[in-house]
Amino acid sequence: MSAPVWNNKVVKWVDDRLPIISMVHHAAYEYPTPKNLSYMWNFGSLAGFILVTMILSGIFLVMNYTPHADMAFDSVERIMRDVNYGWLLRYLHVNGASMFFICVYIHIFRGLYYGSYKAPREVLWWIGILILLAMMATAFMGYVLPWGQMSFWGATVITNLFSAFPVIGDPLVTWLWGGFSIGNPTLNRFFSLHYLLPFVILGLVVLHVWALHAVRSNNPTGVEIKTPQDSIPFHPYYTIKDLFGMGVFLIIYLYFVFFAPNFFGEPDNYIMANPLSTPAHIVPEWYFLPFYAILRSIDFSFLGMPAKLLGVLAMFAAIIVLFVIPWLDTSKVRSSRFRPVYKWFFVLLIIDCFVLGYCGAKSPADPFMGLQGLQVITMGQLATLYYFLHFLVIMPVVGKMERPKPLPASISESVLKGGANA
Amino acid sequence: MSQTVQSSGDTPDENRRDFLTLATTAVGVVGTGMALWPFVDSMNPSKDVLALSSVEVNLSNIAVGQAIKVMWRGKPVFIRHRTEREIKEAEDVALNQLVDPETDDARVQKKEWLIVVGVCTHLGCIPMGTATGEPRGDFDGWYCPCHGSHYDSSGRIRKGPAPLNLHVPTYTFLTDTSVKIG
Repeated sequence: MSAPVWNNKVVKWVDDRLPIISMVHHAAYEYPTPKNLSYMWNFGSLAGFILVTMILSGIFLVMNYTPHADMAFDSVERIMRDVNYGWLLRYLHVNGASMFFICVYIHIFRGLYYGSYKAPREVLWWIGILILLAMMATAFMGYVLPWGQMSFWGATVITNLFSAFPVIGDPLVTWLWGGFSIGNPTLNRFFSLHYLLPFVILGLVVLHVWALHAVRSNNPTGVEIKTPQDSIPFHPYYTIKDLFGMGVFLIIYLYFVFFAPNFFGEPDNYIMANPLSTPAHIVPEWYFLPFYAILRSIDFSFLGMPAKLLGVLAMFAAIIVLFVIPWLDTSKVRSSRFRPVYKWFFVLLIIDCFVLGYCGAKSPADPFMGLQGLQVITMGQLATLYYFLHFLVIMPVVGKMERPKPLPASISESVLKGGANA
Repeated sequence: MSQTVQSSGDTPDENRRDFLTLATTAVGVVGTGMALWPFVDSMNPSKDVLALSSVEVNLSNIAVGQAIKVMWRGKPVFIRHRTEREIKEAEDVALNQLVDPETDDARVQKKEWLIVVGVCTHLGCIPMGTATGEPRGDFDGWYCPCHGSHYDSSGRIRKGPAPLNLHVPTYTFLTDTSVKIG
């Protein structure tokens, strides 16, 4: 594929000096995309779309928001009541955060199922995990800004996690707060960082796409592109497919914005922060629930380390372990389509994550799903154990033991035969 | 680099160049660190925050058996006027039954007044039990609703995930009915 020749003189003049038009052309037309991508491959571009939506709605919200402990809550209420379309901007932003996590979680599990983390896509995978971490930090700090009860106490609980570290813990927490409790200095720095981090995410997304274009998209068969017959240009084939998916996505997103805008929220956050009274039941936003369950499930000390520190380490380990799965997975086959045993463990992992999420939302001493004799805390411990077993034991062992189904010779062959499942 | 030096056979020159590289790097690292420090330190508590570090409380209005919350450094301090029974309960506990062993004596200046920072040592929630009618846990003290920690009538952790007793702030009795916290 040779470099394009531009006939338009203005285009050519610009492109000779800054080859940005060639770059876009290269990315959109010449970038060979596997011709068998399913709708599971829509969620990356959807996440990109929401990132832009979040940045735009956020910039306009800031024009009416006051980052001060005495005024933040009222300024958010003013946005809701007095600012023209303020309610729309805020509900787009609030529900956009949930949608962002839904898309990114589906995107991650897609990568897990089809082995998209395996060579040569390890760095692409790493950048993705960094994006997830940056998203979590951004979402957490954004949730503090309305200065409601959940904002305040969520921030208190999460920042107190850092006090678990020996020696440096307490000074570290005081430093994070800029005082002796969550207060105005904390609100101001969270506001500053909440504005900064989305642009860091944007930078990481550029690296993510760059890495993607270097190693090319994976596909449902996990077999690399071998001949030109295996691929089609990104535009118009996948731009139109992405656009259709975006239409479906917008129906769901805007349903929540217009008809159930507080579905993902907590009523307690419409009460202004009160440093003297903790709400009876503190829960994080849904996208943190599985991690919260892992944190809480460690209620015993081990090797001289207190439960609190272990819980924090386990929670961080739940994400850190994702960095090393390219080497923990010993299977030569990427796609779980051709892995009859691992496929079922993957289903178990998904169920496990939902169980963790459920446990994170309930009080530790409650019965699990109404089952007398099984406490939420116990179930959370089992689910935490399974989560780590999956990555640290099942992945390496199953990869070695399992006999995969025969792979198609090429993407083209699998498509012409009607797919591997036919 | 070493090749050019070798060709001239001038080893002292090589040492001098290594020294310059090392010294420049060291000055660069230290200088960058020094330039970064103001940014890091600007996030520590500022002077006006530090200035708000003591508060005086009048105790004459707190009846026996009652407790109040006062704000100190942006967080609550519990002041409980303990009953005879509560004092006895706190003193009678064997130290080997405690998660964070401390005698009641070491935690109070006057037996009838228990003064502790009202922040759960687990993850910083405010335990319940100060206002009348709130649950006080299994040990007649405080109960933290967030993750289920129980504190006794000396503010010591007895059950649940919190690792430490409620902190005792520095305080001095100015008179019999007035205390300065901080």
